[in-house]
Amino acid sequence: MALLREEDAAKLREIFDERLKGDVTLVHYTQIAGKLIVPGAATCPACKDTRELLQELADTSDHITLELHDFAAEVDQAAKVGVEKIPATLVTSAASDGRVRYFGVPSGYEFASLVEDVIDVGSGTSELAAETEEALKGLQKDVHIQVFVTPT
Amino acid sequence: MRTAHKLAMASPRVTADMIEAGEFPELSQRYSVMAVPKIVINETTSFEGALPESMFVEKVLEAVQA
Repeated sequence: MALLREEDAAKLREIFDERLKGDVTLVHYTQIAGKLIVPGAATCPACKDTRELLQELADTSDHITLELHDFAAEVDQAAKVGVEKIPATLVTSAASDGRVRYFGVPSGYEFASLVEDVIDVGSGTSELAAETEEALKGLQKDVHIQVFVTPT
Repeated sequence: MRTAHKLAMASPRVTADMIEAGEFPELSQRYSVMAVPKIVINETTSFEGALPESMFVEKVLEAVQA
């Protein structure tokens, strides 16, 4: 069953047609599991829904590509891009290399955030205040921001 | 969430993560997440609730100087 209602998908198509100006790749690390569950094996209850939701999102625009990775099989590659837990979704473009990330299902308001992030990353816009841009230029150290949320 | 992600888009120094607290209970426990949104910057600085962009940036600078 589709997670996105048909009217929501139609609305998204309209929004992306109008505002998404470039290509975006959703780099997604997930659990590609078989039907059998081995006792003690890591499980990822949210992986299936997240993957389906991202696929439905990608289907609403030719500018959006979903790139699937099997976390268990590609753990070294995942570590290289800083992914140590799943489901992980990196919103990337040719100009933006995956520092906009989601861990867990982007549902509720976070789905709206994801849609806006896709537009900004794809279009190369972020609309920050001049003072903010200036402060960011002065950063001498790497910054890792983690925002904890719950589904709303 | 959007402010953190916008900062990551604008600066190669910044990485910003949304973390669904319920799906990552150990991580939520490590950072004592009692209310959401809870924002943790570089292990050193944290706050609860949404902040306007300018104050969010101040927290980032505070974390960098810590």
